[in-house]
Amino acid sequence: MTRIKLTYREAVRAALREALTKDQRVFLMGEDVGRYGGAYACSHGLLEEFGPERVRDTPLSESTFVGAGIGAALGGMRPIVEVMTINFSLLALDQILNNAATLRHMSGGQFSVPMVVRMATGGGRQLAAQHSHSLEGWYAHIPGIKVLAAATVSDARGMLPAALKEPDPVFIFEHALLYPMEGELEQEAGPVDITKAIIRREGHNITLITFGGSLFKTLEAAEQLSREGIEAEVIDLRVLRPLDANTVLSSVRKTHRAVIIDEAWRTGSFAAEVSAEIMEGAFDELDVPVARVCSAEVPMPYAKHMEDAALPQTEKIIKTVVEMF
Amino acid sequence: MAEFVMPTLGSDMTAGTLLGWMKKPGDSVKRGEIIAEVDTDKGVIEVEVFANGIIEKLLVEPGAEVPVGTVLAIISEEEKAIAVERPTLITPPIAPTPSKLPALIVPSVPTPSLGPVGPRIRVSPAARKLAAELGIELATVTGTGSGGRIQREDVERAAATKATTIAAPEQAERIARMRRTIGAAMSRSKREIPHYYLSTMIDMNRAMSWLAKENLNRPIADRFLYGVLLIKAVALALHEVPELNSIWQGDTPVPCSEINVGVAISLRQGGLVAPALRNVDKQSLDNLMKSFSDLVKRARAGSLRSSELSDSTITITSLGELGVETVYAIIYPPQVALVGFGKIVERPWSVGGQIVSRPTLMATLSADHRVSDGHRGGLFLSAIDRLLQEPGSL
Repeated sequence: MTRIKLTYREAVRAALREALTKDQRVFLMGEDVGRYGGAYACSHGLLEEFGPERVRDTPLSESTFVGAGIGAALGGMRPIVEVMTINFSLLALDQILNNAATLRHMSGGQFSVPMVVRMATGGGRQLAAQHSHSLEGWYAHIPGIKVLAAATVSDARGMLPAALKEPDPVFIFEHALLYPMEGELEQEAGPVDITKAIIRREGHNITLITFGGSLFKTLEAAEQLSREGIEAEVIDLRVLRPLDANTVLSSVRKTHRAVIIDEAWRTGSFAAEVSAEIMEGAFDELDVPVARVCSAEVPMPYAKHMEDAALPQTEKIIKTVVEMF
Repeated sequence: MAEFVMPTLGSDMTAGTLLGWMKKPGDSVKRGEIIAEVDTDKGVIEVEVFANGIIEKLLVEPGAEVPVGTVLAIISEEEKAIAVERPTLITPPIAPTPSKLPALIVPSVPTPSLGPVGPRIRVSPAARKLAAELGIELATVTGTGSGGRIQREDVERAAATKATTIAAPEQAERIARMRRTIGAAMSRSKREIPHYYLSTMIDMNRAMSWLAKENLNRPIADRFLYGVLLIKAVALALHEVPELNSIWQGDTPVPCSEINVGVAISLRQGGLVAPALRNVDKQSLDNLMKSFSDLVKRARAGSLRSSELSDSTITITSLGELGVETVYAIIYPPQVALVGFGKIVERPWSVGGQIVSRPTLMATLSADHRVSDGHRGGLFLSAIDRLLQEPGSL
């Protein structure tokens, strides 16, 4: 098989194109996904290719079009709903939490909502306090949905087709900083597993657990730590709900140390949940308290140097790790 | 219900360290069964239980040094599992006098379940687990983690250090302790016991000839040593002078019903022990030989049983192998007599008016004058001589 080089953005587009091609029930809708080609250009060219019936621009009303997606899914379609960013998804939380996540339960299993919702997440682009949120942990709190974080080109390409096979709502979070990132894939790459975390780097001294936009900062930290003699194992969680605790616990049993890197605010972060899992499942294996590298508890600053200081960075990860030895 | 206490394994033993339990609560035990290992000045001793029953509760944890007489376990009678609640564990320092013993003692290392009994050691869960696996006392580990927390690495380092350095000093310490123990027992003996000494030279011709002939027909492993004849002769002679087979208690001798002969065995690393061969008068030479070999082997391996160290009613010491001709030994309290044998030496000997060469042996009795007089002691030595002239009937 030939391997091709492409960006994360191109991988998402390839997945969308494949989905629209393979299954007539699939359609894409969201703000600016059609004529504009998508706020992050993920759907660039798809309107021309598949027409306005299947690539639909929506009004600026998240509650409305997420609700419409739920209705379409109930009616037998396979909607892919793009909510431009996680920041705007709060307007659709009622549809997500009260309808998408509950209908199977409340109908006694008669209805299912096979909808995929994609959204960009995260900070780091000087978009200030209203457009830099990392709220994946909030979604991971909700039973009834599946929550994925695509941190690599491979997952950007393979999570969507896997999600479309699920009978219940799946949320895929794409960190906005990742879209221009390049990676290699097999030409015919297909769906990936969406049940397990993956060890992205093997190591035996400490376990670094992360997901999404923090993965590459963490891998960079691991490389630098390696030069100082600390071999870090890096786990990409990928699936925040249901969490693959086994992969995490097995690694901690080997390394006896764990740091969780999560771009969310520290208090009530998904990092806190992972920390609790480790405490419950591997208490006797811990040699030092579990540590977290999260964002500062402030509305995200606009100024570059202040935003950098507020977000998890490679240097902060390294400093935290070194202090644990 | 019976109490299983830290036994005295020698008159000057004041404390012992429990090394481990062979039984757990709920196990049934029979009289004579080994249920614990205790480290004493005499080495590691396997301790037997003196009651039949079921272990109800173990009160002392391995690692604790406790005074003699401390209750180590509660043994309930069979078919009657009694739940007598004891107070919870406490951790007093070792008491210098065995009076008013605290009932329950655990090692002085605080364990979390015991509540506030001293500063809590800062230790990571992983280090705690590893220390338990490797048998490392956390109190001996220096923590290098944040705030002095003991981490796995610290335990690993402590384990490595222990493995490489402990052997030599511990051995030296053990020898020093044994020296002190022997010193204390012998000082007490010389201070309190009015010794008298009697010697007689015994013609060993018949005994040695009989032995040579007997051993011809035996495989090497089953051959007798002449020492076995001496042991048996001493035991049988005690039938004739039974007061020498007594134990001094308080201010009076108590005659013993069994004849248990302690044999002094020197240890390669220094010091000596005198474990008992039991009921020697009733044993065949074959059995005695086997028991004797076994005892020497176990004494040198450090796996004697508690009763073997406390049951002797008389002691024999033989320094013949070293070329010593006469041994004036010190009585081992609370015994009241001890027989020393020297080397078998070819000497000119008068038989029927003729001077002949004969293998001879000097037997020396050390006896407690509070219990016997020279006349009785003389009878005893004569009896030994006479018995050795008829080796076939030993």
